[in-house]
Amino acid sequence: MIRIEGLSKRFGQTVAVEDLWLEVAPGELFGFLGPNGAGKTTTIRMLTGLISPSSGQAWVAGHQLGADDTELRRRVGILTEAPGLYDTLSAERNLAFFAELYGVIEIEAQVERYLRLLGLWNRRSEPTATYSRGMRQKLAIARALLHEPQVLFLDEPTTGLDPEAARLVRDFIEGLKNEGRTIFICTHNLDEADRLCDRVGVFNTRLLALDSPGALRRQIFGRTVVFHLTELLPVYQETVAAFPFVKSVEAVDSKLVVRLSDPESENPALITALVAAGAQLQFVGELRRSLEDVYLRLLSQADPGTSRPEEAKP
Amino acid sequence: MRRAWTIVRKDWAEIFKNRFVIFTVAFLPLLLTAIPLVILYITGSESELNGLKPDDLPPNLSRICEGLEGVACSQYFLVSQFLLLFMLMPLAIPITIASYSIIGEKTRRTLEPVLATPITTVELLAGKAAAAVIPAVLVTWLAFGVFLVGSALLAVGPRVFARLTDPLWLTAVLVVGPLLALAAVSVAVMVSSRSSDPRVAEQLSMLVILPLLALFFGQISGLVLLNQQLILWMALALGLIDAGLVTFAVQLFERETILTRWK
Ligand SMILES: Nc1ncnc2c1ncn2[C@@H]1O[C@H](COP(=O)(O)OP(=O)(O)OP(=O)(O)O)[C@@H](O)[C@H]1O
Ligand SMILES: [Mg+2]
Repeated sequence: MIRIEGLSKRFGQTVAVEDLWLEVAPGELFGFLGPNGAGKTTTIRMLTGLISPSSGQAWVAGHQLGADDTELRRRVGILTEAPGLYDTLSAERNLAFFAELYGVIEIEAQVERYLRLLGLWNRRSEPTATYSRGMRQKLAIARALLHEPQVLFLDEPTTGLDPEAARLVRDFIEGLKNEGRTIFICTHNLDEADRLCDRVGVFNTRLLALDSPGALRRQIFGRTVVFHLTELLPVYQETVAAFPFVKSVEAVDSKLVVRLSDPESENPALITALVAAGAQLQFVGELRRSLEDVYLRLLSQADPGTSRPEEAKP
Repeated sequence: MRRAWTIVRKDWAEIFKNRFVIFTVAFLPLLLTAIPLVILYITGSESELNGLKPDDLPPNLSRICEGLEGVACSQYFLVSQFLLLFMLMPLAIPITIASYSIIGEKTRRTLEPVLATPITTVELLAGKAAAAVIPAVLVTWLAFGVFLVGSALLAVGPRVFARLTDPLWLTAVLVVGPLLALAAVSVAVMVSSRSSDPRVAEQLSMLVILPLLALFFGQISGLVLLNQQLILWMALALGLIDAGLVTFAVQLFERETILTRWK
């Protein structure tokens, strides 16, 4: 549904996007993660025909960028970084205006449908200046959907929303995915990306990693098992380290943090050995790395000078 | 072009909520219609001008006055000075509207979602221009209508009235007016695409009234004489200037530049 081949964008001396290769399948919910200034908005603008790439090419919904951008814009929906609503006009009028521009046939019905879906119907005739930030964001999302695009680009849909509003928007996005739309979402909220996205790309001018959140975690950190003991003696750590399949073992307080590649088959042997050495086990659990850990690790590897020192606290 | 009309209707819904815009659209025509009427009224009742003959007048004036005598001549002379000022309306109104409507989209960042729709640049600009030109032209015509009715009621003899509705005036109001409005809006579009303060854009664009003022003072001082021929030449020249300005404004409105540099 989206195919990107070597897309780059330069603004004078600044390289905003460099040689991006990416493919997003139909119906996929793809998360585009990256720090401020990574080039996420620039990428979305290129893919929606708002600005033209410096080099490379891309196809979105079957249309090549630059070939017929008017037709391309007809096929895609975009939630822009700023909601960009007409403050003095009502929500209804705002949507009707865009529905007309998109050439929607049943304007009133579509406007009503999305106002209701996003819970704005009761306040449809108020000027949007009176809207809260969350309501504006919802209205902007409605605007992106009026023409029922197959491909949807959402630039930070939940940024600045309170947890409840963010949850609502997230559920709504999930609903859109279930309707079979292809969704490309830029976000800083890694937890959100983790829960929502089929695949994520970690991006900072260049694409640093690309996979499902789970696979990225494994790829970066392997799998980690934590053994909670009543008391930690050095001999326990040596016992564990002696197994060839153990990648690393670390003592933290009274816990042993062990990196393994296949805990399901390797844990029993470790437990047996520890018990035989006299250890008293309280719990055994797998340490789930957050996508945030993965993200920070990737960014610091790509650019060790600038990123925060990444921590792997169990 | 259906999309251009969509833009026009949205712009009107929006800009006529702006007090500055309302003020310009309403106040200027009121003023420019009232002043000549007042002058007509005063000169109509002033008796010492009655004895004037064309020979008593400076040569320029007597040429303007051809066929009119006394009060009629002085009335016509004074009012015809206002013909040029009347043309301020189609210049100033579209500049105000366009400055606010374009820079408004820019500063509130509403332009990006619009540019993301299938609208073409020409449709967008045609909409923005029409939203500014149409009210300006309608208001000018309305003001001229009011001026004509008022002058007929206020002591203007049939001969002066006939001169006020002769081809010179009609060409000025019906043809030159809209052409001026188009020129003004093109300039406003160009300036607005570089500036981000509506008032600055408005003031800069207002420079287009300079040639008009030059003409006005030229006429008062007797250097230029506005006549049928001159008006036709003006209309022709404006037509050409408009074509150039419109082309230039469209070219200058580069979607990408406007999106990424308009901050
Ligand atoms: N018009 C422009 N002229 C010059 N540089 C630009 C322009 N637009 C963007 N940039 C630069 O390109 C880089 C990428 O910007 P972009 O807005 O795409 O980042 P982003 O990933 O969306 O960031 P954020 O998370 O803050 O929204 C930045 O360094 C920015 O300064
Ligand atoms: Mg951004």
